[in-house]
Order: sequence, then C-alpha cells, then structure tokens
Amino acid sequence: MSAAGWVAVGLLGGAAAAARFLIDSAFAARTDHPFPLGVLAINLAGTLVLGLVAGAALEGEALVIVAGGGIGSFTTFSTWMLDSHRLADAGHTRLVWINLGLSIVVGFAAIVAGHWLGGAL
Amino acid sequence: MQATRFDFRRLAAIYIGGVLGALARVGLAQATPHGPGGWPWGTLVVNMVGALLLGYFFARLRDHPEDSLAHPFLTTGICGTLTTFSTVQLELFEMVDGGNIGRALAYLGVTLIAGFLCVRAGIALERRPEVAR
Repeated sequence: MSAAGWVAVGLLGGAAAAARFLIDSAFAARTDHPFPLGVLAINLAGTLVLGLVAGAALEGEALVIVAGGGIGSFTTFSTWMLDSHRLADAGHTRLVWINLGLSIVVGFAAIVAGHWLGGAL
Repeated sequence: MQATRFDFRRLAAIYIGGVLGALARVGLAQATPHGPGGWPWGTLVVNMVGALLLGYFFARLRDHPEDSLAHPFLTTGICGTLTTFSTVQLELFEMVDGGNIGRALAYLGVTLIAGFLCVRAGIALERRPEVAR
C-alpha cells in the first residue's frame, strides 16, 4: 500500500474512533438502562455498511482504506466483550444473551443484506 | 466553557488512539494475508489483544479513578479501534459463502469464548499486584 494509503487509514481510523465515542455518549446520555444500546447500534450499522462496500466489489487500496481504516475502526469487538462481562458481573444474565445474540444474528443478517444491496447497486 | 474545552481534549485523545489502533490492525492484516474464507489470524490476534488490554485498563480505572486523558486514549481510542466487529461478520460471511460452515462456526466460537476470557484475564492481571501486597 502507498504512503498516502497509510495516512488515509490513520486519519479515517481516528475519525471513526471519535464518531464511535460521540454516538455512544449520545445513547448513554438518554438512558440509565444498563444495556449497551449505543455499541450495539454502532456495530450493526457499521456491519451493514461493510456488507455494502464488500458487495459493491470495491477493491485494492480503496477497500483497505474504507473497510479497514474506516468501518473496521468504527465498530468494536473489545467494548462489546467488556460490556457483556460487566452485564454478567452485575447479574443481568438475560441482557448478556440478548447483547451477544442480537449482535451475532442481526449482525450476520446485516452483512448479508448489505452484500446483496451492494451487489445490486 | 470549561466542559467544552475538556470534551475537545478527550475527543483529541480518542482520535490519536484511533489513528494508532487502526494502523496496527490494518498493518497486521496486510502482513498476514489470507484468501476469502481463509482463517483470519490477523483479526483474531488484534481482537484478543484488544480485549485483554481493555479488561486491564477498565480494572485499572476502577481501582484508581483519577480523571485523566490517558484513559479515553487507551480504552475508546486504542482498544476500541484496534478491535473490530464488522470485519468478523464479513469474514464469517465469506466462510459461509464459500461453503465452509464448520470453519465459520469454529471462528465464531473461538472469537467469542477467547474474547470473553481475554477480558477476564486482563481484569485479573490488573488485580494481581493488589492481592500480592
């Protein structure tokens, strides 16, 4: 990958992290409920867009920049796991399974739907 | 005014952490290429390392709750960006699309179980010195 490509990955990665923080904070400010709705929404939305990009057959450096630098940075695995651990620790066992189940099932549906839509474009 | 200024510095810390996390993840992915539907070592490694570190930093802040910019930089910035959820789903899709349903289930299972254990290990690692004292 070119030097400009790496710069783009870094800049997009920073912007995606900041966007994730602002969106998650906006969700958290509107409710006291322990369910991590912000991260779920971020992960599902990002997955749908990644499906679109992959389905639209974006290739090479452009794909690495958009998919790896942008969307891959926007969505997060570690926070999803830590939130699940915290829910389990607080005794919200049902919410743990809802958080894991929705992310996995709806996330897979989102990648399939995005891929199909991207291919149809 | 004070709050706005603080939020800006926090956002800048997260941005810089995000730059580093993204470069590390994409760099490892570029260094360990795999065909569509292949076993994604790069993603697995960054997700496990990020989960371990996030567990550690989370426990550290809980035990030492001083308000510092290092925390959002390390957690939301580096750990949040180093790890990825959407790429895992795309890799699962490519495995299923290629007929490797068994590999997809194995990848999902390993990612979830090891990821959860890494968070717990990170938390335990931070507590260890306190126990020894």
